[in-house]
Amino acid sequence: MSEIIIQIDGREIAADEGMTVLEAAQKAGISIPTLCYLETLEPYGACRLCSVEVEVRGRTNLVAACLYPVEKDLIVRTRTEKVDRIRKVILELLLAHAPEARGLKMQEYAEEYGADKNRYEKEPSFCIQCGLCVRYCAEIKKKSAICFVNKGPSREIQFIPEIASKECWNCTECFPLCPTEYLQGVFVLTKALAFPSTPMGPSAE
Amino acid sequence: MNNDKIEQILNEHQGQAGALIKVLMEIQEENKWLPREVLVQVSEKLEVPLSRVLRIATIYKTFSLTPKGRYQVNICTGTACQVRGSQQVLEEVQKLTGIKPGETDPDMKFSLETVNCQGCCSLGPLVEIDGKTHGKTAPAEIADALKKYE
Ligand code: SF4
Ligand code: FES
Repeated sequence: MSEIIIQIDGREIAADEGMTVLEAAQKAGISIPTLCYLETLEPYGACRLCSVEVEVRGRTNLVAACLYPVEKDLIVRTRTEKVDRIRKVILELLLAHAPEARGLKMQEYAEEYGADKNRYEKEPSFCIQCGLCVRYCAEIKKKSAICFVNKGPSREIQFIPEIASKECWNCTECFPLCPTEYLQGVFVLTKALAFPSTPMGPSAE
Repeated sequence: MNNDKIEQILNEHQGQAGALIKVLMEIQEENKWLPREVLVQVSEKLEVPLSRVLRIATIYKTFSLTPKGRYQVNICTGTACQVRGSQQVLEEVQKLTGIKPGETDPDMKFSLETVNCQGCCSLGPLVEIDGKTHGKTAPAEIADALKKYE
């Protein structure tokens, strides 16, 4: 694989062809915040928290670092004022949906970027639509027991009882991935409504 | 529900994951809605995860996951029809049928839906009943039009 030299925050960094900006930055020890990114899954680009400024041939653009492939002479800026402001607003919007989200790094990021969880009117849908649970189940476990249904403001995740009743109780690997606790809530609800008698958790074996 | 027809549609596309939308559309056309058992059958026959079938079936307005009445009433609420008074027509239809957009009456006779521009604005307000287009509908005429459907 050929090596490409790019510049991130003023540092020259060697990256491999086919890498994303995020991967190149992580390799060089430069941290970019992410919510919907998981190393083992295909990049998805849902949360946009990883937004960075890139400059190609004199033009700057805002891109999602987890999706954007490295190219020759690329200049990346990960912490400009504009980038920070965008991340702050993204966090504030997400926090309006899940103000107490404890999972992953939501609160830490909120502090780092000075995001005010009360800035926008609360719309407690709890799910921030990162798709981690859906993708993990489909890509890693190959079970597809969770899916997104509907679209626009009514888009939500759903466990499919037909599959979940057989597969989930032994797995639950998606629970800790969820940046909020919505996923577990939905599972408990689905279980209570659709297959209440199935034992739950590895301890039930 | 015509099971033979649905089975025929499914058999024609056995194992063809790429035909998912086509199959759902054909079944929707045939049966007017997509019952859960049928979605499970589609998933098995086409070898597509049920989750994908559900995602597709819930994302397009064409598909209905709830039973539909014998006659579909579509009222255009596009800009031109709006200006020409589609709101009053809609209100009249709601009053006559007792249902709101997205609903079906208990006799399974009418299902009501609002739609966007149908491309014949000069005919507005436009009402489509069971595939037949009624143009320039006045709220007062709509009762007669609906009476023709049993
Ligand atoms: S339930 Fe959690 S993991 Fe799943 S999409 Fe929503 S926020 Fe992401
Ligand atoms: S981590 Fe890149 S968009 Fe979510």
